Amino acid sequence: MIVNRMSFFIPLGTFLVILGIGYVGFSLDDRKQLPSALLDKPFPEFSANSLLDPELRIRRQDLLGKPTLVNVWATWCPTCLSEHDQLMDIAGMTEIRMVGINYKDDVEKAQRWLAQYGNPFDLVIRDERGLLGVELGVYGAPETFLLDAQGNIVYKRVGDVNPRIWRDELLPRFRLLEVEMVSRDEAS
Amino acid sequence: MSIQQVLGRWPGLFRSLALLLCLVCQGVVLPEGAAEGQIDILSFESVEQERRYRALISEFRCPKCLNTNLAGSDAPIAKDLRLLVHRLLVEEGLADDEITAYLQARYGDFVLYRPPFSSQTWYIWLVPIGLGLIAVAVVMGLLKSARRSSTQLSPEDRARLDAMIRER
Repeated sequence: MIVNRMSFFIPLGTFLVILGIGYVGFSLDDRKQLPSALLDKPFPEFSANSLLDPELRIRRQDLLGKPTLVNVWATWCPTCLSEHDQLMDIAGMTEIRMVGINYKDDVEKAQRWLAQYGNPFDLVIRDERGLLGVELGVYGAPETFLLDAQGNIVYKRVGDVNPRIWRDELLPRFRLLEVEMVSRDEAS
Repeated sequence: MSIQQVLGRWPGLFRSLALLLCLVCQGVVLPEGAAEGQIDILSFESVEQERRYRALISEFRCPKCLNTNLAGSDAPIAKDLRLLVHRLLVEEGLADDEITAYLQARYGDFVLYRPPFSSQTWYIWLVPIGLGLIAVAVVMGLLKSARRSSTQLSPEDRARLDAMIRER
């Protein structure tokens, strides 16, 4: 009798356990929760051309001295376009330094894109081959890094910077880093 | 016509299908790379180096695609990382564990299909062992109770059984 009951409940129990693990496992959106290996680490050393000024080389030291938002973008990335207005807003209402990394893109298309939709960046790095992307552990666009004045990565976002991310994730960190605001009614 | 009839009429068909299945499973039918969805044109200094390259790209997980290795992914980032592994291996002459450390430093434990044992990863190492132990315990328990119930035949049942066996 005991054997019969066991042989009934063991498969059923196993099935329920697998079902439960599957339910939990598949409802975790773990890609977005990937911790960046670079979090709390210094931004890597690099030297790359500027997208807009062929004469200009941009290096790590150009990102130091004040808090900096580094945004990895490309014209082939639709999400980059959808977050563009938010980046323009951030550039307009804060004193943060905005740096774009044009990731694996066509230079002319990228330049046209910025001319058409506006340029929120103080500096735009050209990363046609994605080499700086590899140094940053980038696996798609857009990705956004927040750096403190010493060039340490204090926050990373994979995916778009939308109003919710701005309000809940970025703004509190901007305050922590004491980024100056341009106007007072920015937190809406 | 039922499946059995078809197979009964052409036993050779069934056998070749089974053989084909085995070959496909072993990756014999398709050239290496094609089965994995990609072929990069890369040059190596030695067969040994190419073997190391293949071993490495099959052990790194594509960061974009969650459950494919670098060798098996068509994602652009996987191609970039394959080329990176190739560059580190052939041009920079790094050792396997140096290449692993390089990728781990940038993409985290996530890219490793064999992540280190740490406070974050202990369960993926221990849970299978635990499940294995539970399975062994369950099987042993079942065997034991099965043996006990078979030996616990009452004398009357035993006599009836013997009678039935004799009658046959």
